[in-house]
Amino acid sequence: MPNIKNMCLNVAVALILPAALLAQQADQPPAKPSPHMESHIGNLNGHSEAGAQLYYRYCWGCHGARGNGDGENAPYLNILPRNFVAATFKCRSTPTGTLPLDSDIYNSIGRGFNFTNMPSWNALSAQSRADLVAFIKTFSARWVAEKPGDPIQIPAEPKLTVESIKHGGELFQKLECWKCHGQEGRGDGPSASTLTDSNDQPIRPYNFTSDNRSKCGKTNADLYRIFMTGLDGTPMPSFADVVKPEEAWDLVHYLRTLQYNNKSPELALWESTPEGKAIVASKKVENTYTGSGVQP
Amino acid sequence: MDCLRPNAVRSGIARVGTALLYSVALLAVLLIDCRPATAIPAFARKYGMPCSSCHEGWPKLSYFGQQFKDNGYQMGNDRDAPIFQQAAYWPVTFRITPFWSRESTSKAQVDGSNGPGGNEAKITTDGFNWTGLDFHTGGTLAKNFSFYVLPSSDEYGAFHFESVWARMDNILGSSWLNVKMGKFELDNLLSEKRILTLTGVGGQYWNYHFQPFSQPGVPENYVFGIGDNQVGLEWMGHSKDDRTRVSAALLTSSDGNPDVPYGKSYDAYFAASRAFEIGSLGVQRVGAFAYFGQAPTYYQFNLTTSSTVGTDINSNPVTSTTTAGIAGTGIGNKGFQRYGLIGMFYVKKYNMTAIYFRGSDSAWLGTNTAAVPGATLPAGAQSPKWNGALFESNYDWSPQLVLIQRYELDRMSQQAFASNPSNLGNLDTLTFGLRYYPFISSRAGFAYHAEYAIIWQKGASPVTFSNLTTSSLLFGFDFAF
Repeated sequence: MPNIKNMCLNVAVALILPAALLAQQADQPPAKPSPHMESHIGNLNGHSEAGAQLYYRYCWGCHGARGNGDGENAPYLNILPRNFVAATFKCRSTPTGTLPLDSDIYNSIGRGFNFTNMPSWNALSAQSRADLVAFIKTFSARWVAEKPGDPIQIPAEPKLTVESIKHGGELFQKLECWKCHGQEGRGDGPSASTLTDSNDQPIRPYNFTSDNRSKCGKTNADLYRIFMTGLDGTPMPSFADVVKPEEAWDLVHYLRTLQYNNKSPELALWESTPEGKAIVASKKVENTYTGSGVQP
Repeated sequence: MDCLRPNAVRSGIARVGTALLYSVALLAVLLIDCRPATAIPAFARKYGMPCSSCHEGWPKLSYFGQQFKDNGYQMGNDRDAPIFQQAAYWPVTFRITPFWSRESTSKAQVDGSNGPGGNEAKITTDGFNWTGLDFHTGGTLAKNFSFYVLPSSDEYGAFHFESVWARMDNILGSSWLNVKMGKFELDNLLSEKRILTLTGVGGQYWNYHFQPFSQPGVPENYVFGIGDNQVGLEWMGHSKDDRTRVSAALLTSSDGNPDVPYGKSYDAYFAASRAFEIGSLGVQRVGAFAYFGQAPTYYQFNLTTSSTVGTDINSNPVTSTTTAGIAGTGIGNKGFQRYGLIGMFYVKKYNMTAIYFRGSDSAWLGTNTAAVPGATLPAGAQSPKWNGALFESNYDWSPQLVLIQRYELDRMSQQAFASNPSNLGNLDTLTFGLRYYPFISSRAGFAYHAEYAIIWQKGASPVTFSNLTTSSLLFGFDFAF
């Protein structure tokens, strides 16, 4: 005979517990976006009210009237505009999965994003860019419910050596960076064609040979920051848990040598070695006859 | 009296009709639906940006638009080269404006008691019309190679080339090294080609074209306007953020006309400006410009030609004989200068442009005297000089609505002849207008345009050389696609 008493108890628990959990959740309604936000970048204080006017002059065509990246031009762009409702940002100084600092968004607006349709907006005044940051934050409840992450610490760059470059190359293999970026850093690794971003759009890994400016900046520190924070919303993960800070600098030094068309101390040092000179010479294509401006 | 009544009735009806028309136009402007507000649309289509990004209200450029233009119609990212467009993409935009206007001049030359063309009368007309058609083609041929070609017609469809140029941008990777050749607008910070007003009176900056009278009723023979597109070679440089801009141009002395119609001389134009931020007010800019030109006073060689223009009553041919200077052989060059200071100030949604002008012409040009060897100036001849000022303020209510006000004045400080009235040619002009953009997208542009402009000029009437007043009122649908 089943224990009627226990069965009733189980049924009661099965019914009441979820109800209690739901009730608890009902007591804590999900956060809503705030219509009034501020931003703080150094001495600049941005205000969303002023930012709204700028947004609806400059930004809505791509990012959409509601900030969800569905502007009228979005269907024609091969990398979709940022969805500010999701509040997932590529260029951060904060750990993966966390909100960026106001200054991260501010810098992104001023710098623009190479390889996308997002231009540099440094023509706008500093105050205007700060106001835009504040307004962008009104689109997502995350800015109400969460705080930006603590920025990662970037130790001083160690002295550049051939050993550092070589060790960086070993890390490039060990961490399987080549799977996406290709052995020569041309963005043509075996996985490249399969990659998609958080919008389910195909995304191409960065081609180091094409330019010296990655999406999130052109300095060595910017490069360091990219693989220690990852690019949220893309397949590029954070390597903060698997790479030691000094090793990360080695990787930066190696990656610079992949930029054959960009004169850098790293490339110069690498080409000063017989091994490096041979490798670079075998990959570098110079003096094309087309004059097309397209770098090989 | 009875015979006047029908006129009075017609006049009353006309007034009611005109008032009704104004009211309907105003209502249309005020009650239009407020969809989200699509520039040169060809650029907007290329980059997928709303026209409000590059224009405070098209066609006037915003700071961002000025930077885009200075950078050779490039954003500075990897999307500038045409290879990123669809193969079918062709950067063409046309612009035209159907409109209704009322034009009034206080003293037009008419036949009358003083014989043919010997009288003056006030003439006021109104009716529907349209502007000429502009075909804008421009953009990049490749990264850092930009171009602009603008065939432009009058309202009858007769075309000319308003702009034809190609430019090498960012030579050696430097934003300070950009070289343009062809016919182009001078590096005027306040662009007349991007003027927000359209009427016969308000559709130009009078200071950009001001030339003094030689004598009452006699204009100077040579024609020049700093607002006219000129032909030549321009170097332009700017800081990456466009805060600092400098340019210098070497120009054929032809006022933008093709085929070197006058002499072989050259002019020069220089412009420089610096922008700076003032807190929350925005980006302010101050600058200076100077044009040093010369114009021939006579032709070294002439050619007389005869042509048959018809037959007389006896069927004998009637010929017409004309003598014209041979293009390119103009000599006896004399100089003229235009220079000034400009400030563009922003206080949030309100912006004001102020310009001080100073102009002077050689006494030879001012008195239409050929500087042949041994010639002397007529008695009392002197170099005409003048001062001018322009104040334009815009209130950008929103990206969709721009309110416009402008005042210009010119004051002669020295006449071409000492015997001229001291105020001969002085002018004042006032313009008010608004442009409402019912939608803004990256595909096309449309503006409801309303404008009133009036000009008062001393001694400019065609017969009596008394003061002349001219005004324009216009409502139009300005569109570009």
